[in-house]
Amino acid sequence: MSAKARTLYLIPYLLWILFFVIAPILLIVYYSFYDVQGNFTFANYSKFFTSVYLQMTLSSFWYALLITLFSLLVSYPTAYLLTKTKHKSLWLLLIILPSWINLLLKAYAFIGIFGTYGVVNALLETVGIGSQQILFTDFSFVFVSVYIFIPFMILPIFNALEKMNPSLIYASRDLGASAFTTFRKVVFPLTIEGVKAGIIAVFIPSLSLFMLTRLIAGNRVITLGTAIEQHFLVTEDWGMGATIAVFLIIIMALVMALMGLRKRGLDLVKR
Amino acid sequence: MSNAKFKLSNLYLILVFAVLYAPIVYLMVYSFNSGGTMREFEGFTLEYYSEVLADARLLIIVLNTFIIALLSSAIATIIGVFGAIAMHFIKNNAKQSLLTLNNVLIVSPDVIIGASFLILFTIIGINLGFTSVLLSHIAFSIPIVVIMVLPKLQEMSNSLIDAARDLGASNWYVISRVILPFIKPGIFAGFFMALTYSMDDFAVTFFVTGNGYSTLAVEIYSRARQGVSLSINALSTLIFLFTILLVIGYYFINQRNNRTQGREG
Amino acid sequence: MSNLVKSFIAIFAVSFGLLYIVHLLNTSEGYSGDNTLIVYNWGDYIDEELIAQFEEETGYKVVYQTFDSNEAMLTKIKQGGTSYDISVPSEYTIAKMVEEDLLLPIDHSLVPNLQYIDERFLDLSFDPKNKYSIPYFWGTVGIVFNPNLTGDLTFNSWDDLWDPSLKNNLLLIDGAREVIGMGLNSLNYSLNDTNKDHLQEAYNKLSDLTPNVKAIVGDEIKMLMAGNEAAAALVWSGDASEIMWENEELDYIVPEEGSNLWFDNFVIPKTAKNVEGAHAFINFMLDPEVSAQNTEYVGYSTPNKAALELLDEEISSDERFYPDDELTSHLEVYENLGPVMLGHYNDLFLEFKMYRK
Repeated sequence: MSAKARTLYLIPYLLWILFFVIAPILLIVYYSFYDVQGNFTFANYSKFFTSVYLQMTLSSFWYALLITLFSLLVSYPTAYLLTKTKHKSLWLLLIILPSWINLLLKAYAFIGIFGTYGVVNALLETVGIGSQQILFTDFSFVFVSVYIFIPFMILPIFNALEKMNPSLIYASRDLGASAFTTFRKVVFPLTIEGVKAGIIAVFIPSLSLFMLTRLIAGNRVITLGTAIEQHFLVTEDWGMGATIAVFLIIIMALVMALMGLRKRGLDLVKR
Repeated sequence: MSNAKFKLSNLYLILVFAVLYAPIVYLMVYSFNSGGTMREFEGFTLEYYSEVLADARLLIIVLNTFIIALLSSAIATIIGVFGAIAMHFIKNNAKQSLLTLNNVLIVSPDVIIGASFLILFTIIGINLGFTSVLLSHIAFSIPIVVIMVLPKLQEMSNSLIDAARDLGASNWYVISRVILPFIKPGIFAGFFMALTYSMDDFAVTFFVTGNGYSTLAVEIYSRARQGVSLSINALSTLIFLFTILLVIGYYFINQRNNRTQGREG
Repeated sequence: MSNLVKSFIAIFAVSFGLLYIVHLLNTSEGYSGDNTLIVYNWGDYIDEELIAQFEEETGYKVVYQTFDSNEAMLTKIKQGGTSYDISVPSEYTIAKMVEEDLLLPIDHSLVPNLQYIDERFLDLSFDPKNKYSIPYFWGTVGIVFNPNLTGDLTFNSWDDLWDPSLKNNLLLIDGAREVIGMGLNSLNYSLNDTNKDHLQEAYNKLSDLTPNVKAIVGDEIKMLMAGNEAAAALVWSGDASEIMWENEELDYIVPEEGSNLWFDNFVIPKTAKNVEGAHAFINFMLDPEVSAQNTEYVGYSTPNKAALELLDEEISSDERFYPDDELTSHLEVYENLGPVMLGHYNDLFLEFKMYRK
């Protein structure tokens, strides 16, 4: 690919980065140094290192991890089984379809389904287990979040599995490897790019979840998103909100670096 | 033994689909509820459907939503695909930094994106309305397109391109006949994920719109304080059924085309 | 490859087709005319039939846009780039907007129907002499509860919320001023108190409440309470009236120590283009019959005395939503505490959310 052609195709993308990524970042960093009365200050940054915000950061990280993990656990088998069906593109589209219904409506539906007098509890009652508190728990929060993010994890994994050469699996089995070893040493590594794409598409937005933390978790789960929303809208303290955003971006960059490092690590090992 | 495995895997898929569609079915069922809420089903009624079809303002909002979703996703896909292709051939360090920049919009909460875009647009002087909403949707959709396309590029073996070059192919030929067909699944994945981002977006759209231009998400969230009436359920049901028919219809037409082509070939 | 190109061309074709249809619909509705009035209001906060009636009577074309929170609306209007002729903020936001010089004064001579508004709701601290705003709906903050589930508790005092029998059975609305204000009120302080010691006292008392708090939620509180998800909740009266309409077991009360009196008022932003139309719209909405019809649709309390007389006795004599003077004397309007103090309230609230006893 010649350098000239490369630059040509890169131009619209670079323009986008300039106007819609770099400019907002500069704005955010600029705002982070001002307090709510318009004075230049480092106070926002020192405020971030208090227990409240550090706790929030840990909480966001933890839940994002859980959500990504469970999304992966549910999506990988689903993607794999989908590649074995006859009308795979159709089923794939049908999996994506529910994600086009408005999030608020789906949340309301889940409130109806998980509520104390809702569908699931009615079922539990008839079976004899009795009514449980499902709403406003970690379980329901992670469950609904995974529900929302599933298409983002399934698609890239499906794409990766689709193009995989099936004879590789046959070869591995022929050579005596168990199904699990085949998966671990052949299938999974070959689909790792798709898995990584899925992880990025789920983990990173999960860090700043805020609507679901209120709708499903009843604010029993507080993420950095909750704080940002409050600062930007209620207190009009754009400075503090921007500061939290700066840290979110830093965390994201670290996660990206970690994923990149792993790949380079794998390459090194191969050599 | 293989029969049992077959049943188990089918069961898993059925379970996944059941869970995915449970809330949707719930919404659809209650769109017929004469009780007026999503709590107790009292009786069957079509009044919410007639309410929807009589609301011209809502209809325009729905059309706006579709237009923005389709246009922004298409344009974002084009920009994102070519950006990803170019990025793929860059040295690793620059690539890492570009990739990190790419994901900034995904990690940022919508409020911040909306607020910063609003400031940008007012500084530049762009009128708030269709243009600003379209630009914003393109902007936040590009990252997810890149993320969906890159893995396919990375799976692509370089020897394919080298072979094509050896045979004398031009740059454009390499792209259009070698690269693009290979990454097609990634392109479609990116497009559909962009559609999802666009259809569901409330905060960014809210901040950058003005003077009457509204999308369905903005309308629905704004109604939350008063209570989202079942006419929204009815509307969502209609849109959903329409999309399903579209998807299934398009798929089977495609199948027939492929089959006839096969016979002729 | 050509398949790809074909798909994209199809997408663009469909989009432009839809654009054309929208354009046709817009012009047929008369939206591109010069005599337009752009109204920015809460979602579903007006009887749309009345908009049609207004358009018929005056010839103006109403373009209607909605928002979901005061803060978001304020940010939009402050940033510029918009030209809303009418907006409907809550009282504390109006105080901010007045301070930040975002509003046009309202010419009372163009709004003769102002005479029908109850004097109790005029000339309040957030907008003296109603220079910038005219009341639309009002209400209180109180407790909605299910007597079947709360036993002997009367909720005449805020302290009843702390009763151990309500363990994990209480919902709170997601509002710093409402929750901390309630804490202050329960200590017999004003809910506009800026004394940091008093605030700390309130925070400590609220921390003791956390075992009872099941969740802190937003507008979905209506669906939750109607479904008996909790025995009691701290809500706005508007929410309460809707909840009670859906679930007849529930009751609403404002505790004696005091509470918040809230208003949603019409304002005319400085960026308005059709000031004459804006005044005409406000005057139209204040007409007793129009106001009565609107009140029946929206369900909140109307400040319009004449409209009240046209409403069902059952509604107008309901003291829970139309309290007498004695009760309203205990109610306070939120004052603009300024950004620093407001930040302090919100910081305390954030800590409260994260605290679990």
